[in-house]
Amino acid sequence: MSETTQRRPFTHLTSRTVVLAQANIDTDQIIPARFLTTTTRAGLGAHLFADWRFEAGGAARAHFVLNRPESAGCQILVAGRNFGCGSSREHAPWALADYGFRAVVSTEIADIFRANSLKNGLLPVIVDEATSEWLLAHPGAEVALDVAARTLTLPDGRALSFPLEAFAQHCLLQGVDELGYLLARAGEIAAFEQRA
Amino acid sequence: MSRAPQTLFDKVWARHEVVPESEHAPAVLYIDLHLIHEVTSPQAFAVLRERGLPVRRRERTLATMDHSTPTQTAQVFGGAPIAIDSAARQVAALEKNCAEFGVELLALRHAQRGIVHVIGPELGLSQPGRTIVCGDSHTSTHGALGALAFGIGTTEVGHVLATQCLLQRKPRSLAINVEGTLGDGVTAKDLILAIIGQIGVDGGTGHVIEFRGATIRALAMEERMTVCNMSIEAGARAGLIAPDETTYAYLAGRPRAPAGEAWERALEAWRALPSEPGARFAREVQVDAAAIEPMITYGTNPGMVLPISGQVPERPGDQAFARALSYMGLHPGQPLKDQKVNVVFLGSCTNGRLSDLRAAARVLRGRRLAQGIKMLVVPGSQEVKRAAESEGLDQVFRAAGAEWRESGCSMCLGMNGDVVARGEYSVSTSNRNFEGRQGAGARTLLASPLTAAACAVTGRITDPRELL
Repeated sequence: MSETTQRRPFTHLTSRTVVLAQANIDTDQIIPARFLTTTTRAGLGAHLFADWRFEAGGAARAHFVLNRPESAGCQILVAGRNFGCGSSREHAPWALADYGFRAVVSTEIADIFRANSLKNGLLPVIVDEATSEWLLAHPGAEVALDVAARTLTLPDGRALSFPLEAFAQHCLLQGVDELGYLLARAGEIAAFEQRA
Repeated sequence: MSRAPQTLFDKVWARHEVVPESEHAPAVLYIDLHLIHEVTSPQAFAVLRERGLPVRRRERTLATMDHSTPTQTAQVFGGAPIAIDSAARQVAALEKNCAEFGVELLALRHAQRGIVHVIGPELGLSQPGRTIVCGDSHTSTHGALGALAFGIGTTEVGHVLATQCLLQRKPRSLAINVEGTLGDGVTAKDLILAIIGQIGVDGGTGHVIEFRGATIRALAMEERMTVCNMSIEAGARAGLIAPDETTYAYLAGRPRAPAGEAWERALEAWRALPSEPGARFAREVQVDAAAIEPMITYGTNPGMVLPISGQVPERPGDQAFARALSYMGLHPGQPLKDQKVNVVFLGSCTNGRLSDLRAAARVLRGRRLAQGIKMLVVPGSQEVKRAAESEGLDQVFRAAGAEWRESGCSMCLGMNGDVVARGEYSVSTSNRNFEGRQGAGARTLLASPLTAAACAVTGRITDPRELL
């Protein structure tokens, strides 16, 4: 596997949270389409939530949560239900990761966004309603994520398990990407093509 | 013991498992057709280049350009440069990547170019039983022909380019059973908007939808595409419809559909695809088509939708709802009818096909756009454009005062120069009314081509049945 696609392993993360309580935050909000005329994946954090972060003239909206000083350095985004719905643009997790987020927590995360996030070291964490409500009501809470144990630990020490498919967990823990795995199946793929 | 009856989805899935899924790993799923476009492919080609990998099956890969391409004839055919520099670079990057990796490209001036989800079926490439992917969520459109078709991210575009396979966990199945006759003036777009309103924008998450029932069987092929197209707006992984005589009649004679003996063999295989009696779905939903009116959205996701005669609901204490209404400049209890409109957009992978243009022309023929209305008519492909021109539809639109453009995604997503201005109301036949989708600050109301045309004539939200 080449160096360029090997990711750093993701085992633990402890961080304060940033909260966007709204449900159904779509990938057009995470990064509007006009920033998609790029041919690289670098630097997209500059456009993360562009129309929520900035006025039409480009000035930062002081009240938007990411522009508040207490949000600096937070690596966990807590959001309302059905985060990442809409467009399949991988630019959305690229922008979140480039900005500095390493995990998104919600009661529900849209399928394509979820798959894209896992491929970019951005951990999608699904929690129950009660946990979500607590997290949404306590922005800035310090939360610990343990990928091997599949747990999210709240500030009071309660550890809640979250679902994470075994293969995705393996890829995160080892920092490997799926392409290497698929390329190693070349023989089986060729045999399938012969049969088909 | 006989095996359990299978669904269409079960069959297509099983026939493409290179390696079945296990507790430890997802299935390796073979992809029959990979469609690519300029926006979600450059970073995937870059990975191939970094790793020194070729495209595994070039003949299963087809590229076109649609999202960031201009729709003004001068920029497409007239020699004027593409106005947005970054879009021009993206288009050039796709040309370079396709040339370098030997991928067939229907480039900007190609006679068969168009929106990727319009040209797949049009060319006869989207066929029953196939697995079809594209770095675009509206890939679900191709499910109308009985294919398992779904959107993927750019990393996965790279996987398919390099291996013709994807790692996938099998989604659950959801049957949406639609019975009853759609009324005059009520279209496939109204049906899918009503379904999304009924099950919610996450009602299909984790599922592949099979649209079933007498109403679906009675839909024409292009109407089925409209329905499957918006499966993703209910959060579904894919949406599909069993192939039948409508499907075969649509495909017969298409440039890349099988012909001769190959057609007969294909037909035999396709006839074995539909879900078997007694096949079990993880969930089932019933929809009464006869109760559906022309639908229109009022909020900032496609689930915020109403019959056109309805009033904006009241949800005291719901902050997200209040925020959406504030963005839209609407208030609870307000009837949508007679709300002022600034822009009308007819086009997109949802409603940019010939039958959609015909429907709008049915309303616009002999009428003029209301004072101050801007209307863009953007055919879904160059083939749709030629067909529409050959029956004079372009003249109907032009005579009414609308602009007639080259094909592309255009105003659906505001990244190609076609945008709605801040604060303006756009009645759009596209698929997403998200904040800023059609341009920063733009206010989108999703509706059918009939409704869009009616609104263009009156300048206000109008029930199309008043003008039919």
